[in-house]
Amino acid sequence: MIELDNVAYSYGGGELLTAMSLQLAPGSFHFLTGPSGAGKTTLMKLCYGALIATSGQVRLFDRDVRQMDRDQIAMCRRRIGVVHQDCQFLDHLPLSENVALPLAVSGQEAGQGENLRELLSWVGLTERADALPPELSGGERQRAALARAVIMSPEVVLADEPTGNVDWEMSQRLLRLLVELNRMGKTILIATHDLALIRAAKAQVQARVLRISNRQLQAAGVDL
Amino acid sequence: MKVSLPSLKALARGDAKADRVVPPTGFTARLTLFVAAAMAFLAVFALALSLAAGRLATRWGDELARSSTVRISAPDGQRAAQTEAALRLLGQTPGVASARALSVEEEQALLEPWFGPDLPLGDLPVPQLIEVIETGDGYDGNGLRLRLQAEVPGAILDDHTRWRRPLVTAAARLKLFGWLAAGLIAAAVAAMVTLAANAALAANAQVIAVLRLVGATDAYIARAFVRRFTLRALVGAAVGTVLGVVAVALMPSGGEAGDFLTGLSFRGWHWLVPLLVPPLAGAVAFAATAGAARRVLGDLS
Repeated sequence: MIELDNVAYSYGGGELLTAMSLQLAPGSFHFLTGPSGAGKTTLMKLCYGALIATSGQVRLFDRDVRQMDRDQIAMCRRRIGVVHQDCQFLDHLPLSENVALPLAVSGQEAGQGENLRELLSWVGLTERADALPPELSGGERQRAALARAVIMSPEVVLADEPTGNVDWEMSQRLLRLLVELNRMGKTILIATHDLALIRAAKAQVQARVLRISNRQLQAAGVDL
Repeated sequence: MKVSLPSLKALARGDAKADRVVPPTGFTARLTLFVAAAMAFLAVFALALSLAAGRLATRWGDELARSSTVRISAPDGQRAAQTEAALRLLGQTPGVASARALSVEEEQALLEPWFGPDLPLGDLPVPQLIEVIETGDGYDGNGLRLRLQAEVPGAILDDHTRWRRPLVTAAARLKLFGWLAAGLIAAAVAAMVTLAANAALAANAQVIAVLRLVGATDAYIARAFVRRFTLRALVGAAVGTVLGVVAVALMPSGGEAGDFLTGLSFRGWHWLVPLLVPPLAGAVAFAATAGAARRVLGDLS
């Protein structure tokens, strides 16, 4: 689905990531961890074409990102759901329209009302469907972002610190949602520095843990 | 965003959803409308000026090129005889279509604007005027002047070219300035819309980032902005054009003898020319916004 082959990314003269190779197989569940500033977000961005690797090759759905034009990258993003730590919305539109936004921009909105209602109830936001994003709490925003990320039924979900702004109980809830998605066959990659979250996940799902250290990607062992 | 037929159709049809993704902006929207209206108003005047100047240049060129005057200043006793001689001579000159001595009443009418209606013309040494109409080829001015000198000592040929030429040139130049002003107005609209669109794109950076993240194409994002600015320019320009046309229509008319100032108006099919202003403003806004959006979006990930 997403393959990185000997990828390096330089920023402002210095190399941030180097010699990274990664394969996200369909249905796999990965955690990406590492200290703050190690480049977790950068790696995530490489995985959905927001950044272009300085060297090496990034393939999304078997196509080289460098060979894609902007529209093709847009098409790829309809197959990759992304959740950011500081998830952003269109603040003037109610939550339900924000969650349905990926459908709207791809012209697939017709007849998806039932799908949207189910999704909102799955993330527990049915009551808040008409609220504007600035009125939502941190946890509600994260859940809304997750709902928005999966409404197109993407093959891959990338979540960057999805539990960064929420309390433990809420992070457990988000994790359960992600695990459920994985059981439905989605490929999941979660960047987090929260080791407790990873431990909690390992009890529920077969998860592999990757660690960025010294600008390189390593498989973290059982020491977690 | 390419200007293709499908994209124009999509623009005309509109996409309520795409319009909604960009938050409404009351104040700048009104400014864009106002500037488009003001520019259209000015454009209507520039067009009226240009077309009136063009008409004037043509008329002066046509009318004056074909006529000249022979002035006969002779003592009372000889005036009739000299007029007779000059008319005979003119009748034989190749290139003169007709020559006619002006009557006392006509001369009085010519002087009336300057001296009032009660002028006793008979008491004044007013020269006799002969109006000469040329054929298309014209006559040899110097040859005629010499022959008049020899045969009619009191006659002076005044062939108008001297003062006509700079006037015709000035009118033609004025026409050019009118078109230049219309062009500058179009460029100013393009610049204004580009600035407004850039400001809108910058102010909506978060909206654009969210849309890119969820898989919107550049064309989709650009359309929301392009449609908005095109419609504003179109509506503003339509209002400005209507006001401009009404203002031009209300200009006092000088009637038959309309000179330049009172002639500042549209004639005949020229009234249709201002109708081009709103669509042109819309097209300029469309191109300017599409260009601005393409530049801004191209820089984003």
